Amino acid sequence: MDDLYREVIIEHYKNPSYRGKLDPHDISFADNNPLCGDHIEITLRLDEKGNVKEALFDGHGCAISQASADLLMESIIGKPLDEVKQLKKDDILEMLGIDLGPVRLKCALLSLKVLKAGVYGLGEASDELVE
Amino acid sequence: MSLDVNKIRKDFPILQRETRDGVRVVYLDSTATSQKPSQVINAMNDYYQKSNANIHRGVHTLAEEATSLYEGAREKIAKFINANSSREIIYTRNTTESINLVAYSWARANLKAGDLVVLTEMEHHSNLVPWHMLQAEKNIELDFIPVTENGLLDLDSYKSLLDRNPKLVSFTHMSNVLGTINPVHEMIQLAHDAGAIVLVDGAQSVPHLSVDVQKLDADFYAFSAHKMCGPTGIGILYGKSALLESMPPFLGGGDMIKEVKLRSFRANTLPHKFEAGTPAIAEAIGLGAAVDYLSNIGMENIAKHEHEITEYALERLEEIQGIKLFGPSADKKGGVAAFTLDGIHPHDVAQILDKDGIAVRAGHHCAQPLHEKFGIPATSRASFYLYSTKEEVDLLVNGIYKVKELFK
Repeated sequence: MDDLYREVIIEHYKNPSYRGKLDPHDISFADNNPLCGDHIEITLRLDEKGNVKEALFDGHGCAISQASADLLMESIIGKPLDEVKQLKKDDILEMLGIDLGPVRLKCALLSLKVLKAGVYGLGEASDELVE
Repeated sequence: MSLDVNKIRKDFPILQRETRDGVRVVYLDSTATSQKPSQVINAMNDYYQKSNANIHRGVHTLAEEATSLYEGAREKIAKFINANSSREIIYTRNTTESINLVAYSWARANLKAGDLVVLTEMEHHSNLVPWHMLQAEKNIELDFIPVTENGLLDLDSYKSLLDRNPKLVSFTHMSNVLGTINPVHEMIQLAHDAGAIVLVDGAQSVPHLSVDVQKLDADFYAFSAHKMCGPTGIGILYGKSALLESMPPFLGGGDMIKEVKLRSFRANTLPHKFEAGTPAIAEAIGLGAAVDYLSNIGMENIAKHEHEITEYALERLEEIQGIKLFGPSADKKGGVAAFTLDGIHPHDVAQILDKDGIAVRAGHHCAQPLHEKFGIPATSRASFYLYSTKEEVDLLVNGIYKVKELFK
């Protein structure tokens, strides 16, 4: 538990570095967690080589969902989209440095689902994207 | 207090368990589902160990016993809500299925394009989505009684809606988020004066209040066993017999028929007409035992106990800085306290409370439109029942202070 609310998570929740919206942007996507109503929107700008130049998230939700979104945005800057497409559940858990039960896992993975749906240009952020 | 809460707690084995070493569970989630006393668990066990058989038509001893237990439970339930006859008690899976039964059978047969159905802004999804689905099929109109800032239904707006001659009015007796106890009797009278049929969602009221469907003059009244000390998987639709007689069957299959030919069938009489297939027999018997259990304690005593706990809880919670409580004052509500804490998401509140064994729910509680109305995505919700204590309220309040400390 104290693990679950490690300082780094509270810190990213209260003072996120990558909160906001990029306008204009090259990629954007938004979705909800239907179980709890958490909402995440991501906007990305790419450089001429197609790598992620800037990335921001917006929305509302619990500390786990918002902190993981902030950490995720930080981690993809400078990366080619092909590499972003490879990101999985374990990458998020590694960033957070905690283990999560099935319910809170959905909170943690919402931002990755939204990011991948945007990068793939899909209509829906499905669970299969992060399994 | 007129009920002996310590004695009652001994009936609920789960309340003695620990969620981790040395941490006793503090169950404040009875609005989602109640805990079950040994009396109910044993009744279901006994049935499986001594009397299990399929019901109706069997002539052997076990089948006769099973049938009489199953039908005996129906009698108890009829008496519990003061139905005129047990023919008016239809077994379903839960409140949701009861409401769907009315939508599929009564409303489908009686509503046409342009007909108005009046609901409220405080409904659970179970009393919204069936009507959305019917709207898509029949092009009926839906309108909603607004909820005021302090969590009550706006009855003036209700009267204006009734001027538009709705065919059906369907609303909750008690809100699962705000706890608001609606003036059901008055609302039904007004609807009847306007010529509308009334369906009441009693999922939160039957477990906590003494309900008399004849006195209320409800046309349909729906509730679930699992929120009233009974098992999951069984619920009730009460309907006035004249209405139920006039309705087409819901699901087709065994038991709901009087006669079947290759190309036709004749429907069975009430209540069996609406009960296709082998039902939840043990669960019906469990519900009967739950009704006995609650009746022995007395619904008035239960309501009084919960009122004392709720009053105390609201008083203690209001002391906390940065808390916002939703719903009316304790005199107008049941044992529900939904709240938000400044800057802390309800999921985090629930998760941190769980460390101290405190079970509260976080989310939109299947009432998303209501949360949107108040401009919030989610709340944390503590709820109370006959086994709740003031000590548990104190543990909740201490837990919330710990949450605030962590997010300081």
